[in-house]
Amino acid sequence: MNPTPSAPRIVVLAGGLSHERDVSLRSGRRVAEALRSTGAEVTVHDVDADLVPVLTELAPDLVWPLLHGASGEDGSVRDVLALLGLRVLGTGPRASRVAWSKPIAKTVAGRAGIATPEFVTLPQSLFRELGAARILDAVVRRLGLPLVVKPSRGGSALGMTLVTSSDQLPRAMVECFSYSDTALIERAVIGTELAVSVLDTGDGPFALPAVEIVTDGPYDYDARYNPGRTEYFAPARLSDELAERVGAVAVAAHQALGLARISRTDLIVDADGTPWFLEVNVAPGMTETSLLPQAAEAAGFGLGPLYRSLVDAAIAAYDNGTATDHLDTRVTTDA
Amino acid sequence: MTPSPVPDRETPGRPPSSAAAGTGTRLDQWLGSYADRTHGMRASEIRALFAVANRPEVVSLAGGMPFLDGLPLDVLSEMTARVVATRGLTALQYGSGQGDETLREQILEVMRLEGIDAHPDDVVVTTGSQQALDLVTRIFINPGDVVVAEAPSYVGALGVFRAYQADVVHTPIDEHGLIPAALEETLVRLEAVGRRVKFLYTVPNFHNPAGVSLSAERRPQVLDIARRHGVLVLEDNPYGLLGFDSEPLTAMRGLDDEGVLYLGSFSKTFAPGYRVGWVVAPHAVREKLVLASESAILCPSNASQLAISAYLSTCDWRGQIKKYREMYRERRDAMVGALAEHLPDCSWTVPDGGFYTWVKLPDGLDAKEMLPRAVTARVAYVPGTAFYYDGQGADHMRLSFCYPTPERIREGVRRLATVVAGESELVELFGTAAGASDDVVQSPGPDVA
Repeated sequence: MNPTPSAPRIVVLAGGLSHERDVSLRSGRRVAEALRSTGAEVTVHDVDADLVPVLTELAPDLVWPLLHGASGEDGSVRDVLALLGLRVLGTGPRASRVAWSKPIAKTVAGRAGIATPEFVTLPQSLFRELGAARILDAVVRRLGLPLVVKPSRGGSALGMTLVTSSDQLPRAMVECFSYSDTALIERAVIGTELAVSVLDTGDGPFALPAVEIVTDGPYDYDARYNPGRTEYFAPARLSDELAERVGAVAVAAHQALGLARISRTDLIVDADGTPWFLEVNVAPGMTETSLLPQAAEAAGFGLGPLYRSLVDAAIAAYDNGTATDHLDTRVTTDA
Repeated sequence: MTPSPVPDRETPGRPPSSAAAGTGTRLDQWLGSYADRTHGMRASEIRALFAVANRPEVVSLAGGMPFLDGLPLDVLSEMTARVVATRGLTALQYGSGQGDETLREQILEVMRLEGIDAHPDDVVVTTGSQQALDLVTRIFINPGDVVVAEAPSYVGALGVFRAYQADVVHTPIDEHGLIPAALEETLVRLEAVGRRVKFLYTVPNFHNPAGVSLSAERRPQVLDIARRHGVLVLEDNPYGLLGFDSEPLTAMRGLDDEGVLYLGSFSKTFAPGYRVGWVVAPHAVREKLVLASESAILCPSNASQLAISAYLSTCDWRGQIKKYREMYRERRDAMVGALAEHLPDCSWTVPDGGFYTWVKLPDGLDAKEMLPRAVTARVAYVPGTAFYYDGQGADHMRLSFCYPTPERIREGVRRLATVVAGESELVELFGTAAGASDDVVQSPGPDVA
């Protein structure tokens, strides 16, 4: 390992084979550029057959996985990195696996006392066995309308539909099952859509200002990656008290799920001021239009120095044996 | 020195106190400044999915990259060195807006294979025939003017027409290409409602995406209809010399030199990296095209033109085309063989040349909705809606056989069969059916192979 922390050698992992490859590549390039501006030596690498030899050869001070979707966020790439004995920024494999599954993450958050919309998780095979119409009728009777249908795993709102009448439900299921074999159907909470990023630069997790998302329709892929359809308010237009509360909820979710260093929690605040937990991301998007960078800038952080402080904190934690990054395969883990 | 993250956090969990009530941002300060023609230039889920298709694990039946591995690179390398050594100062200089005269004469020789008799002055060299499409549209189309195009049509042409705010009206085709009676009906219908049709856009040979060719019998009929209705014909012919089993048909431009604008290209018969195409036009149109091209690019690349010119004069370019035809025929055979074996519930065109087959999915399936499942299964195609202006085509997909090897094609179709089976089950389960799409579906770039 390079002994000089002032010029750490970082490998940023971006790309992969998931549906979110394109977003990941953009995130990776942005983070690499920001880190280079602080003097770090950064290599961006795809997840492919060359990766293991390259990592072995480079022996970087830290690996930062910016892989979205599938193996990038489900813990499996992180497992391999741990097996290789590499130092990795962010949440470890086991907690990633929990966070990656939206129903499991919601259950964990719920157990920690965080409100999350009522939901069901239904695999495609069950519809085949029991008949689609009966199940969908029961879902609407139980959860009411509107509903959100989304793949139980995956990001960037791919395969997500807001269903406002029951005749839209079959099509929403087909779209969802194109991305994943299991669907999460939850009661749609109407309110203020927020994304709260949580960081840990060495003194414990803290929330960045919530970013409020206002769209002329669902916050889907088009609304996320085409500037114009979505208006962002950073910080969100919330009272101080509510801003404090949503930050606390995101930090609580981060801790309850055993996440490390960086995460982003998506919430909706309803008319009564209750923040509802929707999902959490262990590798939040870092593109030009992504939410975490907006929140960081709203808080007055320069992206380069901020990302560098995450890197330095992770390296320091490994050096002094207090790392919570990615260590859940070891006894020192708190994940 | 380790930079510090700047803000102090006296109150844990809260940002610095400067966080004032937010003002909204749409992340693009020029949002109100874009021209109307940028409508539809958007990032989309589909384009994002194509990013995965570049990976070697994925069998891409999506892109239209020619397979260049058979090119004699050693010969081309010597040839290029010779061009630089002997004509370097010309190759690296600006040139004529209309294009190099020697190359224009050589292009006549290429076009003679398809029965076109023209004069070098009629030819304008362009940066690929895609630029020719842009120039023709630029000089003829006002916003709202109608372009009549085959249903389906080349996605890259639809993109150009959209950029100039044309209204595209599709006219049907069958296994013999444009249907004359239907074309006439379309033109009459448009005239009856006072719509101004500026040109008919057609790919008469080995159509992209449909794989069919306009029969010899129908060519004069289509030209006659166009003439009677005062509609120019834009004949786009990148694949005409890539027929597998027969001699090329006479180009439409070979039958009518006043009513046809002809687009040609070296991208498929030699190599797309040079970006050299051309347009043949009646003299008055040609004058405007040259002026339009000069305003767009000043002149086409001299380096590319001289290289192509050297290739045509010193290499066996006819032999190379023959090699391409044999190679693509083998791939076509692999494609249709695999379709017959693995996708018996689909139907498809069997092209006699070119790069593509057009596949109709079983009833109720939507190729765009199915694409994520395909990418998960490591195979990619272009959904049919990309080839229409009006959201039709959801039940079709374009499969290209130009780039992957026959073994990869067979593997790709085998993967596709599991995808189609899975999607069929879903549609049956939920009783949904494909409908017209509101989205503008853009295809991948041609390099997504």
